Amino acid sequence: MSENVTLPQQGAKQQGEALLKVEGLQKHFPIYGGFPFKRQVGAVKAVDGVDLTMFAGESLGLVGESGCGKSTTGRLITRLLEPTGGKIEYAGQDITHAKRKQLAPIRSEIQMIFQDPYSSLNPRQTVGTIIKSPMEVNGINPPGGREKRVRELLETVGLNPEHYNRFPHEFSGGQRQRIGVARALALQPKLIIADEPVSALDVSIQAQVVNLLQKVQEEMGIAFLFIAHDLAVVRHFSQRVAVMYLGKVVEVADRDSLYNRPRHPYTHALLSAVPEATVDGPQRERIRLAGDVPSPINPPTGCRFRTRCWKAQEKCATDEPPLVQISGNAEGHLTACHFPEEPTIKGGKEVVLDPALASLESDSK
Amino acid sequence: MLLEVRDLHVEFRTREGIAKAVNGVTYSVDEGETLAVLGESGSGKSVTAQAVMGILDTPPGRITGGRILFQGRDLLTLKEDERRKVRGARMAMVFQDALSALNPVLTVGDQLAEMFTVHRGASRKDARAKAVELMDRVRIPAARERAGQYPHQFSGGMRQRIMIAMAMALEPALIIADEPTTALDVTVQAQVMELLAELRRELRMGLVLITHDLGVVADVADRIAVMYAGRIVETAPVHDLYRAPAHPYTQGLLDSIPRLDRKGRELYAISGLPPSLTAIPTGCPFHPRCPRARDVCRTDDPPLYEVSADRRSACHFWRETLRKEPLDAPR
Repeated sequence: MSENVTLPQQGAKQQGEALLKVEGLQKHFPIYGGFPFKRQVGAVKAVDGVDLTMFAGESLGLVGESGCGKSTTGRLITRLLEPTGGKIEYAGQDITHAKRKQLAPIRSEIQMIFQDPYSSLNPRQTVGTIIKSPMEVNGINPPGGREKRVRELLETVGLNPEHYNRFPHEFSGGQRQRIGVARALALQPKLIIADEPVSALDVSIQAQVVNLLQKVQEEMGIAFLFIAHDLAVVRHFSQRVAVMYLGKVVEVADRDSLYNRPRHPYTHALLSAVPEATVDGPQRERIRLAGDVPSPINPPTGCRFRTRCWKAQEKCATDEPPLVQISGNAEGHLTACHFPEEPTIKGGKEVVLDPALASLESDSK
Repeated sequence: MLLEVRDLHVEFRTREGIAKAVNGVTYSVDEGETLAVLGESGSGKSVTAQAVMGILDTPPGRITGGRILFQGRDLLTLKEDERRKVRGARMAMVFQDALSALNPVLTVGDQLAEMFTVHRGASRKDARAKAVELMDRVRIPAARERAGQYPHQFSGGMRQRIMIAMAMALEPALIIADEPTTALDVTVQAQVMELLAELRRELRMGLVLITHDLGVVADVADRIAVMYAGRIVETAPVHDLYRAPAHPYTQGLLDSIPRLDRKGRELYAISGLPPSLTAIPTGCPFHPRCPRARDVCRTDDPPLYEVSADRRSACHFWRETLRKEPLDAPR
């Protein structure tokens, strides 16, 4: 396969300097055991060599099943966790092991939106205090005062500025998530890590929050790392999508390329397993994956997906496939597989890109 | 008719007042049929199921009216010991969170075997053999060895399959599955749904599938009942409902899911919030959020209009909705 391999470059269509560059990122959580002296007996390899590149103002979706390390990756990038290995570069600066002081100016540029709108807001603080505190911590004094800015932010996220003095329990789940968004916007960040921002919400509320995030992303030009397990929401929200499996990125591509021509068997299976809310059209091909995700304590050798892959051969057990652009892929579409799928998802037919969406895509860049 | 719920009313006493969780729900399930009950949290879909199963917490809950006919008998008039014989043996439930529904201090083999010793008076040895057989049937690898393990030693998908094994152990006529795949990943979700559908076909069971996921429903259900604020707002065969919903709420739900075939910049979002159950709006409960609402909707509670022989919609303007007529005057 080495003859049709070209040098990997993610998101080649994008011009300019990468905002965030992650190389070989690792996070191993130690497991202690033994008697009478506790010692390390193993490690949960939650993230084990993740490569990602993000450009300013783009939205990158990160999908995968639970336990694949997508949330840990998000927490490593925000440096809520200390990486075990690898490199995180933000705006050309290495922040992998940066100290508190070095991180201070960067922290305000990278913000996070959490999954659970109930546990991520302090129940003893008013909405005003919650949104104001990032500005206080970072010593930011916007013109007109912090309170004025908070009221503006509340309006931006579709809440009533009069709610300044209310407490989180007075709000519904969707409204709380809006408060979380307002807090993330308070410092005018360049990058927002949104960790399952809508998965705790009801369907009719989900759409409201997705629309809000999209508005924020487009109008303010903030780069979004959108972590989710819901492939339909990710498809709607992200320009590029990365698929993770057991601590590694197995495929990354722009949205259309990934959803229409997945090359990695795992991506293909994942997409085919999503139940579509439609009854029209021919029965879609369904790939049923057998079994469960292997343990990240002792991941399979070679390709990690081989234990569930219907195409696995001997080579897959010995050689780990690199994340590269294989022949037939669009630019910036990288796949880590020795025996990739045919570049189509629907029964042998080549899928033609929707020209309307393609033009929208180019507009947004 | 296997199960008929008629005009069921359930209330809860809460600190904020009486919460009317279920307000006149009527649905029925035939033998071998799959009915999906679709709704958001707080729509009363789970409470209705709990009332049918007879596992509603009373108090604070209270069934204030209606009948639940199961194989011709009204369950609400049965004594508790008679009810107990029905529950588990002839109707069974699969819960969303298998880890908390299974007993953590008993092995899964013991829990499955209990079904046979308690309901069928089987000997411990026979019951054990049956338990292993069941685990085999729901495709747990190495069932004999794994029967001796505890729930926490299984993965989420396997636990859910054990729940299903337990529900179908006594070959009931009806299974109620309350969000059986919500906590699972898509790949595992597909496995579990397929297993459930296959067993249902084999045993010709009726299935009530409670869910908020429109995607899951499209694949497996025969008919759908959409619930909002404790009542049914629309029932229809699955194909008809997806092609042309007859209630603005169903329409809104369908439009708010991101889909491949409807590319656009913005998702349709139903404005506002579901109502508080202690203060359900007068008239149609959906009117504050409805793009089609007119004066009549604020005052008159719509009955379930007959749209066709097997379709009902609780909307005064179901004709306009069905024809997808453009929205006229703003409300």
